[in-house]
Amino acid sequence: MANVSVTVNGEVYDVSDVEPRLLLSDFLRDRLGLTGTHVGCEHGVCGACTVLVNGDSVRSCLLLAVQTHGAEITTVEGLGSPDQLNVLQAQFREHHGLQCGFCTPGMLMTGEDLLRKYPLATDEDIREGLSGNLCRCTGYQNIVAAIRSAAALRREEKP
Amino acid sequence: MKPAKFEYVLPSTVGAAVAALVASKGEGKVLAGGQSLLPLLNFRMARPAVLVDLNAISGLSYIEERSDRIAIGALTRHRELEQSPLIAAKLPVMAAAMRHVAHLAIRNRGTIGGSLSHADPAAELPMLSVFYDATISVQGPDGRRTIAAEEFFVDALTNCLEPEEIVVEIEFPILQHDGWAFEEVARRFGDFALASIAVSVRPGPAGLKEARVALMGVADTPLRLREAEQELIAMELDNRTPQRFSEIVVSKVSPNDDLHASGEYRKHLLAQLSKRALQTALAAKG
Repeated sequence: MANVSVTVNGEVYDVSDVEPRLLLSDFLRDRLGLTGTHVGCEHGVCGACTVLVNGDSVRSCLLLAVQTHGAEITTVEGLGSPDQLNVLQAQFREHHGLQCGFCTPGMLMTGEDLLRKYPLATDEDIREGLSGNLCRCTGYQNIVAAIRSAAALRREEKP
Repeated sequence: MKPAKFEYVLPSTVGAAVAALVASKGEGKVLAGGQSLLPLLNFRMARPAVLVDLNAISGLSYIEERSDRIAIGALTRHRELEQSPLIAAKLPVMAAAMRHVAHLAIRNRGTIGGSLSHADPAAELPMLSVFYDATISVQGPDGRRTIAAEEFFVDALTNCLEPEEIVVEIEFPILQHDGWAFEEVARRFGDFALASIAVSVRPGPAGLKEARVALMGVADTPLRLREAEQELIAMELDNRTPQRFSEIVVSKVSPNDDLHASGEYRKHLLAQLSKRALQTALAAKG
């Protein structure tokens, strides 16, 4: 059993008795009660469990909780609140970028990292970037539209 | 789907990691980026007693120019290779291939040492190591040794490492070539290749002076096509050359049918990609 000390969405958590085999996804949901991170396939295919670790998007089902000791993690709960959506969340609402909502946390966290790392100048770039996230409602058109719009807004902010 | 129990070890040197593998008596497994190993653990297709996590070892992540070679530390992440100006300038085929490596979240974690050790026959980095004739340095209980990439891959998901050896560095010779191309088809962007080819050429006074050709997704290991390279060099260059080259490339492989594609379909893809790749490489040959 290990102790894991992490900062999640700005809050410090010291958690003891963590089994080394505990996945980060289960740690966030079951030990920290942060159920915004969704668990889909649990083998790195669907992207629903994507979170940011030290600013980089990762699949939380492909990382052990013990590996994040000392790390800074952002989950979907850290992006914004219902009263104050962040830019990308607001565009998802604006463009109806979600249907059942199961894939949405992963889409948002992936979108955040894509917006930071790539210009996303074309829809092809956005679709390539999202190719690791599955939406079983197949609502991709509006997800792409939301990210396209968020990318345009970021460009206006930082010309 | 959760991993079975294991003992977790976090050594701070390669020597200590090797010692932990020795102590595990064949029941140990090395964790680098974990992007192939964690799915295996989650499915319980791998049930190691000891997991040796390399991520606390400093000095294993670097991209360095050493005269005519680029040396890459085993823990270097795919994302670092993807955005390295040095890789873009000196190993352009690798730079072009990196965006085909899985997805951003995987590239943020996955490492070159891990990808080579996993030895997937349809993964880009094993293919690139064969393409560039890379040298793989590994460390084990008896110290370090080097292995040529073509010797390293033995079969699908099988390399020639001893159970207590760890990949520490990969050296890629820089090709003084003028034209190159990397082509890949996958079922969705970022998936493993159904067929892929890398071509690089150096023109001579007549025809080509040097040529390099490697494939993946069409055999149990990535392949360097040395015979096809020689045949390409011997060819007179005209507008039929890409078609003839494509026929030669396809004649060298006999891919199996599997869940993802029939062997015939893979050959069809390879024929089209070979033609296109050589056209691109020749057009850019300066």
